[in-house]
Amino acid sequence: MAAPLTLLLIVAVTIRAALYRSSLADLISERVEVVSPLTAWKRVVEGLALLDLGVSPYSGDVFHETPLIIYFFHFLVDYAEITFMLADVITAVALYMTVKDYNKQVFRKQKYALEADRYPLDCLELIRSPKEMYYIPLKVAMFYLLNPFTILSCVAKSTCGLNNAVIALFILSTIKGNVLLSAVFLSLATYQSIYPLTLCAAALLYLMQRQYIPVNYRRASFWWFIAQYAFMYLGSLFVIVCLSFFLLGSWDYLPSVYGFILSVPDLTPNIGLFWYFFAEMFEHFRLFFLCVFQINVFFYTIPLSIKLKEHPVFLIFMQLAVISIFKSYPTVGDIALYLAFLPVWSHLHRFLRNIFLVSCVLLACSALFPVLWHLWIYAGSANSNFYYAITLLFNVAQILLVSDYFYAFLRREHHLTYGLYLKRKDGSEATLVLK
Amino acid sequence: MAITMPLSSIIHKQPQKQRDKWPSNDFQEELVIRPLHSGDIYASFQFRTLWETDFMRGNKVSHYRLFPKSLGQVISKFSVRELHISFTQGYWRTMQWGQPFLPSPPGAELWVWFQDSVTDVDGTWKELTNVLSGIFCASLNFIDSTNTVQPSASFKPLGIGNVTDHSFLRYATLPREIVCTENLTPWKKLLPCGSKAGLAVLLKSEKLFHSSFHSQAVHIRPVCQDWQCKTTSWELRQTLNVVFDLHTPGQGKREWSLFKMFSRTLTEACPLASSSKIYIDITDNPQGEQFEVSPATPLLSQAMVLGDRRTFSVYDLTQQITFGTVRSLNLLIRWKSSEDMLRPLLHGERYVAGYGLQTGEIHTLMYNNHPYRSFPVLLLDSVPWYLRLYIHTLTVASKGKDNKPSYIHYQPSKDRVRPHLLEMLVQLPPNSVTEVTVQFERALLKWTEYTPDPNHGFYVGSSVISSLVPSIVAMDTNSTREQPLFSSFFPCKEESSYFVRVYTEPLLVNLPTPDFSMPYNVICLTCTVVAVGYGSLYNLLTRSFQIDEPSPGLAKRIANIIRKMRGVPPL
Repeated sequence: MAAPLTLLLIVAVTIRAALYRSSLADLISERVEVVSPLTAWKRVVEGLALLDLGVSPYSGDVFHETPLIIYFFHFLVDYAEITFMLADVITAVALYMTVKDYNKQVFRKQKYALEADRYPLDCLELIRSPKEMYYIPLKVAMFYLLNPFTILSCVAKSTCGLNNAVIALFILSTIKGNVLLSAVFLSLATYQSIYPLTLCAAALLYLMQRQYIPVNYRRASFWWFIAQYAFMYLGSLFVIVCLSFFLLGSWDYLPSVYGFILSVPDLTPNIGLFWYFFAEMFEHFRLFFLCVFQINVFFYTIPLSIKLKEHPVFLIFMQLAVISIFKSYPTVGDIALYLAFLPVWSHLHRFLRNIFLVSCVLLACSALFPVLWHLWIYAGSANSNFYYAITLLFNVAQILLVSDYFYAFLRREHHLTYGLYLKRKDGSEATLVLK
Repeated sequence: MAITMPLSSIIHKQPQKQRDKWPSNDFQEELVIRPLHSGDIYASFQFRTLWETDFMRGNKVSHYRLFPKSLGQVISKFSVRELHISFTQGYWRTMQWGQPFLPSPPGAELWVWFQDSVTDVDGTWKELTNVLSGIFCASLNFIDSTNTVQPSASFKPLGIGNVTDHSFLRYATLPREIVCTENLTPWKKLLPCGSKAGLAVLLKSEKLFHSSFHSQAVHIRPVCQDWQCKTTSWELRQTLNVVFDLHTPGQGKREWSLFKMFSRTLTEACPLASSSKIYIDITDNPQGEQFEVSPATPLLSQAMVLGDRRTFSVYDLTQQITFGTVRSLNLLIRWKSSEDMLRPLLHGERYVAGYGLQTGEIHTLMYNNHPYRSFPVLLLDSVPWYLRLYIHTLTVASKGKDNKPSYIHYQPSKDRVRPHLLEMLVQLPPNSVTEVTVQFERALLKWTEYTPDPNHGFYVGSSVISSLVPSIVAMDTNSTREQPLFSSFFPCKEESSYFVRVYTEPLLVNLPTPDFSMPYNVICLTCTVVAVGYGSLYNLLTRSFQIDEPSPGLAKRIANIIRKMRGVPPL
């Protein structure tokens, strides 16, 4: 499998290098769907230029990256293109290894369950075979590297690529069972943008299952493990935060980065729901709705973890999707990360209900975004409502996609427990509904 | 009494074919250009059509050639004997400009003499004003009995006729009427050649209305055809008087040309015109010592204008030689005396470049007009926070080469707290233009932060350029000596330079606007999308899959309830 992966990496790097050399690179780096005030490369260059001028980058409102990015790019600003291509490659390879390991575990679990006769007899066709699961890791890497969203994000040199790489490394270290690395990468991901904090529940559940610690809040081992993980996480976060302090000698970056993410002062249009909502918000209710929208991102963690405590990897997928849809400054790079996981659930295709509609809407909206932006900003013949409408539609399509996969996953689990061909009391074929 | 016109009492130096009788349908056009003492220039167009016909005899005239049909029908339908209508924008300044050829009051003026066969003059007057407002696209329908008078002595008929019954005269003015391109276009359509050939090609509205005075008029009257006045013909005069204020001192040499006045040159005369001439008043320039006219012409003519004998250079457009080898005539009047103003040594300009509402560039130009000395200037730019400057895109270039400023102080803006502050010390090389460019991004503001007229744009304050400019003459640094007050405006610490501050233009920048009518709709729609997400996830999280048992019919359900009460097992 190494050879196809290498070939894929070469193709991906070639495409990105070709686009870097073309005139499209400047065009793409200005698009609001691909870069946001948090991730734009122009702002990173601006922050470094301010630092050269002797002014703190956080004294103004243009630069909202963390100090580690300043450290990082202070030396690498001339090799930026290679850095971002390397970040994409790291993400793809990490996802590849993650899915390979996960498939092994899925297959092993399935084998034990089959031997223990836990599956009803008629759902044997739902059992997965190694043959069908053989190409899934390659497909995952392909879905990530050759996704137009990822390519656009890389060519625009959006730091979202770096964030994705850190999250992918976190997922890899979690799947491999390395508690320390998982905590370190999670703290790094949280430090970059606050929202990956919600992934800690999934990591904890997975690591506890792997170490055969029962997930029961009455047991001492449960709390002990949580304490260990929290200590490692908080420790690495503390170290990173102190390092950031020592870069510029001030805590200015805290309101500039985290205050910015949470309080959404910049209303630059993007593909998310926040910008127009807060552009048209009555001042009196601004704080209230800000809290509502931010809590909305974190709020699904506990219910989802309770429902999916046996399936932490699907929980990671759901959490990533919820973050990408409801975060304050989403870009297409965030979407590409959870879309890369879709081949892992390809066996659910027989239970998916809306997939055709969703894919059509996503394609149409992706095509309409630049058109309506041009009509609003350059031609002056449309107004902001047109772009906003496409934003709404895009997000509804994403929500439908995620909930559709969730439905399909839960239904398959139900069938694996109760049998595939269910009959009603009178013997006729049954329909399953959610009640 | 007839006003003496240059056309009707000309003494040509060249022989001309004499006719005993005027032709039956004749069109003549002329343009008189007269430089005025105040520095303005006066151009007077006249287009005259003579037609030997009788509108009044009852046989309907149907074959129109040079005379416009709309006016011919007006004359015959309303039994008009004389019609004078004028549209004027601006006020004729008699003290500075002298007397006009044809005076007219500001606004619209209409006075009409009707034939004695008209029984209801007021009704005919009302209909006539409505028809004329349609022909000339003007609001002449506002003329009614409240602003119409019958003057008893002031307005005698200008054409032939000896009727003195003033009940057939009506006079009205609309001082509020504005003249614009919509009035010029139908006026031009009445000309035989339209605005396609002859002098009428010069009548372009973007230049004509950019003037101090503009007046267009139509005069219709019956005239004698010969000295004995045995037959009469109708005369239609269309006149257009315009005064341009083209004299901008200090812009180098003072000169006028047809192209500068009308943004067109002449290429041919109107083929339907029997005479097409341009007259330039050179009475104040007998030996050519004040100004020179080019191309030179040997034709001269003299005429009595308003009690004064004036000399004119004549250009005959019906002769091909007038147009020369380039086949176009651009008359040029160039003044001889050159007054070279002392140009300012330091000068600044600023503008916004770029298109669209996302990004833009601010360009500041600084001119150093000293021939050999360079001096440093301090540029201060204060840009509001909603134009996000990117200081890494700052470039300073003089004469095409990079010119690095020796001191830069930049304070970035904070959203809704403070603006950008950029201060630079730039050395301006002698006799050069230095261009400072910086890119910016336009922010979307909250809907309450926009001004009441958001599409007017947002203002950016002027840049301030402060400098010590080298002086040509040595100055006295002793400021305690007795001096006039105004010399203390220019403080000088050294003998050879003085302090000067130059302000550039402010900028007007458009920002993208949200739809201001949408707050409630946006809140509803966005919350709907969030609720769609919440609802689907809530359903999947709190409900489980169950087999759908069809619920029993109503009768069975009631029976089950009764059975449950009785303690009997249900159906």
